[in-house]
Amino acid sequence: MSGAIARHWRRKPLLIASRPLRWALYGGALVYLAVAVSSVHVNWLRLYDGLPRGWRFVQGFLAPNFLARWEDILIGFQESLTMTVTATAVGILLAIPVGLGAARNISPLPVYLVCRFIIAAARALQEIIVAILFVAMFGFGPFAGFLTLSFTTIGFLAKLLAEDIEDIDEAQAEAIRATGAGWWQLVNYAIQPQVMPRLIGIGLYRIDINFRESAVIGIVGAGGIGATLNTAMERYEYDSAAAILMVIIAIVMLCEYGSGHIRRRLL
Amino acid sequence: MLRIEGLSKRYRAGVPVLRGITLEVPAGQVVGVIGPSGAGKSTLIRCINRLVEPTTGRVSLKDIDITALSRRRLRQARRRIGMIFQEFALVERLSVMENVLSGRLGYVPFWRSFTRRFPQADIEAAFALLDRVGLSDFADQRADALSGGQRQRVGIARALEQNPDMLLVDEPTASLDPRTARQIMRLIREICEERGLLALINIHDVLLAQQFVQRIVGLRGGEIVFDGPPAGLNEAALTRIYGEEDWTAMRRAADDAPETGEERSEERMAGLI
Repeated sequence: MSGAIARHWRRKPLLIASRPLRWALYGGALVYLAVAVSSVHVNWLRLYDGLPRGWRFVQGFLAPNFLARWEDILIGFQESLTMTVTATAVGILLAIPVGLGAARNISPLPVYLVCRFIIAAARALQEIIVAILFVAMFGFGPFAGFLTLSFTTIGFLAKLLAEDIEDIDEAQAEAIRATGAGWWQLVNYAIQPQVMPRLIGIGLYRIDINFRESAVIGIVGAGGIGATLNTAMERYEYDSAAAILMVIIAIVMLCEYGSGHIRRRLL
Repeated sequence: MLRIEGLSKRYRAGVPVLRGITLEVPAGQVVGVIGPSGAGKSTLIRCINRLVEPTTGRVSLKDIDITALSRRRLRQARRRIGMIFQEFALVERLSVMENVLSGRLGYVPFWRSFTRRFPQADIEAAFALLDRVGLSDFADQRADALSGGQRQRVGIARALEQNPDMLLVDEPTASLDPRTARQIMRLIREICEERGLLALINIHDVLLAQQFVQRIVGLRGGEIVFDGPPAGLNEAALTRIYGEEDWTAMRRAADDAPETGEERSEERMAGLI
């Protein structure tokens, strides 16, 4: 060893090594931002016209009216809750086999590819687009909503489940494999205990996502409380709309609180 | 009897991990496999039950050519090969009993294992084994509630629940304190004697190996560079296995610390608490 001790270390490299190029890119980004902002044309007069309308909206919300349309609201919520529960249950049941198949560490390549394709297809389309499709195919009403939510639940849950399975502690799986266990036994003894708490957590989370989504897809005709909300808005009955929104918020918060409670008890 | 002939393993486009290992182990013999990290010890024992597929060569146990078996037959062969792991590899969220009973998975159909309705004989065997490893009160605890030494005892019970002909043991003491490590090695040794089990034990601790095994195989760079009784492990042999180092101090420690009967019973008592 020579006497000299090194005095310099390599700092983490910058994303772009060349200094002029880096500054050019920063400058370019700034210019683009300025141009983009200036291209947004705000019609101030129209905005002024809209103010009273907005105010009526706010007033409606300050005085929600639960009674005027209570029958419609009740039916809407019944439909939405039914849609949510059935779609989440069916979605989870179908997501489990797809998720198992989409985990590279336990499934052969052909099965993996097919399952990944199903997930990609289910995730590529946003709920509203799927709902429009199903409404066109099966007509207006909660059945189309149920199908939409089931479909999107599969994509969501199967993807998270597959990733969770790919992240398991392989040593535990190896130990079960070494006993001569079959594939299903491996899944039951080594995989399930490791992924179950998270699967339940995600499932509960999906219940409140599905409930919120059921309000949105109702607007495009897939039944449920969304349809009721849409009708109220179209009739300018902001007080009824406010009542609906408040019930939605209450239910989502209830789901949130409930799932948190259940999750704490499971882990 | 275990027979390994010309066993080689090369991972995709890499240097070979094992090069032509040939080894014969008679029934009932306990063999310690030592060697530096990366010498291929883990790969060697995983090639025996084909958790890792060997590239070439043959492995046969009791005249069954394991390397030639179909998936289905391989699972049947695995039932008779118990395995014990470095980090215990218990399924942490299952109970101790479920972990021990998982040793029977190769013998029972899926629905029985799924509903946890194992045959009564298996359950009795599991309780007897838990008693043997000193954990009879822990049957219903979750595996992650146990200490390291206790977990390894469950690991041993799980391997024995398979009613194996041989044990593959991968660094059983690497995550344990020295005293627990000795207790575990002694337990493995005693159980092998009781049941006449052949065992292959990968182990880093040379002193521990010398005390508890009958034969030592030294691995370096995927080849066997030493094969003989523990007493034959002299400086030249250690240097051949691990490379140049001053071994005198370590060898003196080995000579100074013979096992005494008193120490044994004392440690065993402590182990049961």
